[in-house]
Amino acid sequence: MKVAFWPGCVSKGACPELYVSTHKVAEALGLELVELREAPCTGAGVLSEQNPDLSDALNGLTLAMAEREGADLMTICSTCQGVLSATQHGLSTDPARLERANRALLDSGYEYRATTRVKHLLWILMEDIGVDRLRPLIKRQLTGLKIAPFYGCYILRPEEYLGLKERPERSTYLEQIISLIGATPVEYHGKSKCCGFPMVTFNRDVSLKMGGKHMLEAKSKGADLLVTPCPLCHLNLDAQQPDAEAVMNQPIGVPIFHLPQLLGLAFGFSPEELRLNHHVVKTEPVLEKVELKV
Amino acid sequence: MKWNVVVGRYDPTNPPARNGANGYPPPYENAPPRNYQSFEVELPEHAVVLDALIEIREYQDESLVVRCACRSAICGSCAMWVNGHARLACKSKLRDFTVDGKVTVESPPSMPVIRDLACDMTPFWEKNRKVRPWLENRLPIPEGEEYRVPNAAMENLIQEVSCISCGACLMDCESFAINKDFLGPAALAKAYRYTADPRDDQEKQRLKEYSEANGVWDCTHCYECVQQCPKGVAPLDQILKLRRLAVDAGFTNNPGTRHADAFAESVRDSGRLNELTLMPKSVGLFNIRAQLQALPTALRLLRAGKLPPVFHEKIPGLKRVKNIFNKLGGRFK
Repeated sequence: MKVAFWPGCVSKGACPELYVSTHKVAEALGLELVELREAPCTGAGVLSEQNPDLSDALNGLTLAMAEREGADLMTICSTCQGVLSATQHGLSTDPARLERANRALLDSGYEYRATTRVKHLLWILMEDIGVDRLRPLIKRQLTGLKIAPFYGCYILRPEEYLGLKERPERSTYLEQIISLIGATPVEYHGKSKCCGFPMVTFNRDVSLKMGGKHMLEAKSKGADLLVTPCPLCHLNLDAQQPDAEAVMNQPIGVPIFHLPQLLGLAFGFSPEELRLNHHVVKTEPVLEKVELKV
Repeated sequence: MKWNVVVGRYDPTNPPARNGANGYPPPYENAPPRNYQSFEVELPEHAVVLDALIEIREYQDESLVVRCACRSAICGSCAMWVNGHARLACKSKLRDFTVDGKVTVESPPSMPVIRDLACDMTPFWEKNRKVRPWLENRLPIPEGEEYRVPNAAMENLIQEVSCISCGACLMDCESFAINKDFLGPAALAKAYRYTADPRDDQEKQRLKEYSEANGVWDCTHCYECVQQCPKGVAPLDQILKLRRLAVDAGFTNNPGTRHADAFAESVRDSGRLNELTLMPKSVGLFNIRAQLQALPTALRLLRAGKLPPVFHEKIPGLKRVKNIFNKLGGRFK
């Protein structure tokens, strides 16, 4: 299966381990990634809130690039997914919006016909590849690990753009994958709540308390680690975890895995291949539980 | 049909002990713990959660406190947590919310509780009053008339006017859960409704107030309010409209606007987000305290081998992005 691959800025910036582990997992799945190297940043909702037409044109360009590839557009970031899904919804249902976006693309060499489907890696795993084809790839059962899913916001809400109305099961895919690899999903309230990232630059304490609260809740329910489909959640929960500990006034110490890192471990890749040794919160204690050494 | 309803009970005269590891809210959350009590009720297949609660109160336990009135999703009285999300009990069918053989209802942990399912709505009404949810117009009323507006001007406000003040959005607001001073989704949606009403002449003053601390920039953009609103008001969308209006009106000296500007500049100049410059530019380059706070994060990333490259790479084909910014960039040109 071929997909137009939009890695997003963060997997090529502060979360290179996401980029690397996505490629490892794609290789094992036989997923051909055609990276859209000339596509711009989605604006992460910041540009669309300030200037919707600008956002439509930038994201229309990315969607048009995928359209030309004749493949679905795959994201590995919930925030990119949210913005691209919302843009696709708008451009495919409002001809005037599509025309405005295309006018801005006139000299770009692209014209968008609003046919691209945007899918997060998580959805491709569960909908296009499917559990039956994933199962034989699992070489290492992570039995004994209690794993808390952390969906965050933009892969679930607003549900009308993200297909949750037609496919409510999309809010359970992380748990399904956790069970599939032999681990136990942890049920907790914070799994679909905000990590706080959107405010971290301008409302730091509130942002850190948000993430801190969810991590502590997951920990109180016995979680060994959290897994997230969003690198922005990862930044707030992993890179900022020591700061979250300071504002929460208690230790947290819960490693945060990217979705393809967790799956990659189950596929038999080593922790180093998945760059699990490049996290702020050390992953070693968890890996030792399943007798893996870094 | 038999239905199993688990009710989070709270009696202020005899509060239950702190919840342990398995209860919600967790011990570090600043909300009173509750006792979960199971009831079995016999009701038809189409019954709603509120029917079950009334059934319990009338025939099983008259001490159960539940606030309700119209039973038709218009009075806004019966918002509560149904399976962990704010819902109108009268609009939630038992068959849609019964999971693993039960439906759980409780007062939302972000709000003070009066008793059982009745939370104290004081914070909600206080926030509403703070945004001055009424028309203010210093101009004299046209003689022999009232202020008149074209129909179209009001049609644009139908979405915001649909609010029934049930508080579901505030109950599940993540920013409010942490920061009780945040004005919150309902009040800000109402704020937009009056700011955009052509009969009101206080737009500038309103936008100034709403852009201050605990206003529009304190929203974390998580879409919980859009998801939970039973009337389609989409409070977040209204908050974003207020942000745009406030920036257009010149209220830009705040971290939220600086963050948006730094973000746009980065995309315009490189096609990508520059994580290294975003933080310092957002907090303000002369905000030494905030700059120092960000330093440990950068060092941590460096140690983990995750620091973004200091020489920020531009995407190939950046000319397309520049062209788009030239055409549509507005103040980001």
